[in-house]
Amino acid sequence: MIAIAIVRTKDLLAVVMLTGIYGLLSASFFVVLDAVDVAFTEAAVGAGISGLLMLAAITMTGRREAPKRHKPLLALLVVFITGGMLIYGTLDMPYFGSFDAPVHQHVAPRYINDSMQEVGVPNIVTSVLASYRAFDTLGEVAVIFTAGIGVLSLLSLPRRRKSHQLDESREKIKKDEMHEQHMVLRIVSKILIPFILLFALYVQFHGDFGPGGGFQAGVIFAAAIILYAMLYGLDTARRVFNQTIIQLVAAIGLLLYASVGVVSLINGGNFLDYNVLADDPIAGQHLGILLIELGVGCTVAAVMIIIFFNFAGRREAQQHATELNKSEGE
Amino acid sequence: MVLGLYNYWIVVLLMMIGFYIVIAHGNLIKKLVGLTIFQTSVFIFYISMGNVDSGSAPILAEGVARYSNPLPHVLILTAIVVGIATTALGLALVVRIKESYGSIEEDEIQIQDQLTEDKTSC
Repeated sequence: MIAIAIVRTKDLLAVVMLTGIYGLLSASFFVVLDAVDVAFTEAAVGAGISGLLMLAAITMTGRREAPKRHKPLLALLVVFITGGMLIYGTLDMPYFGSFDAPVHQHVAPRYINDSMQEVGVPNIVTSVLASYRAFDTLGEVAVIFTAGIGVLSLLSLPRRRKSHQLDESREKIKKDEMHEQHMVLRIVSKILIPFILLFALYVQFHGDFGPGGGFQAGVIFAAAIILYAMLYGLDTARRVFNQTIIQLVAAIGLLLYASVGVVSLINGGNFLDYNVLADDPIAGQHLGILLIELGVGCTVAAVMIIIFFNFAGRREAQQHATELNKSEGE
Repeated sequence: MVLGLYNYWIVVLLMMIGFYIVIAHGNLIKKLVGLTIFQTSVFIFYISMGNVDSGSAPILAEGVARYSNPLPHVLILTAIVVGIATTALGLALVVRIKESYGSIEEDEIQIQDQLTEDKTSC
């Protein structure tokens, strides 16, 4: 339903709001389907950060969608044909929830039955993510890192020359900015932010036993800092979290992950084979998982913060530019 | 009997909605939203495949005999975070396009491209 509403709505702001609701809905849907880890991530990402980024982008690109000039009939036809073929394809699929479906026959039983002896972590998702398929995860962290670098190179600004005029216009803007006014919001968030950070750390280190892990913790951590940046202004946040350091943290996270693999190579195992990290294989697994989850958390949090800061910084710069133009016109 | 397949149909429906937005709308941000919907439909597809009747979340506990398949969860978990990172990259591109073209409507951008091409060829 919401998806259909997204198609119809022309106002992009409303579209973004609907996307947020859609994200939250799909998160609850994932809970129903027993995928608690995924739901966690989707709730943080789909309902939180993605909406925020889209909002930031919309403020820069304009809110209205142009009225359509071309006929959507052809597109509709293509969609219906593809959809029809896909539905025809599903007729051979195993039924929803059946446990003798081919998906459940291959490696899944091994993960479910043996992971406790081999890895010693109750959360199977974590042990698959960080141990059995650690190589995939390394690749994914690398993709996230690369995306962060991409955003950085597309949106980062040349070092600002502090002209007098710019400062003046900035002061003017600062007065009517939201974070200078809402006292209640600022105080409440001041109380909340430490708890959000603490929760992120809990999610980070408790991922072995309950739902959670580096990905979710990274996103939650970044969300807390983004909240701070929104309420206290980008400049304050930039002073607290130096951009260079954050970029360094992103790189260090990935490096930590990869170097765990290299260390296990040196110790005579395969790449990312944690059994050799300690005398006892289980302890080695624990150590390895802890370290790489830390790496994942660092990179994800840092990249999310980089992305947000760059979007917001770009926006501020644009606002200054328009302000300057206005004052010159007068 | 065929009702057992309803999860795939929901997925196909969502997927087609996303697909429709991508091909029928000219606004670049709207296109990205469409891609996100498409992406989520794939996520739901994987997760619903991993679901097992009367199964429990794949966290080992006493007295639970049947768990959902953890493998799709792992794949989708990372895919979500990778998805937001790539979406952010896309949004960054859109912002740059807006800055250099002054518009994020596909046809307007194409007209401008055509104009500059004509100029250089003359």
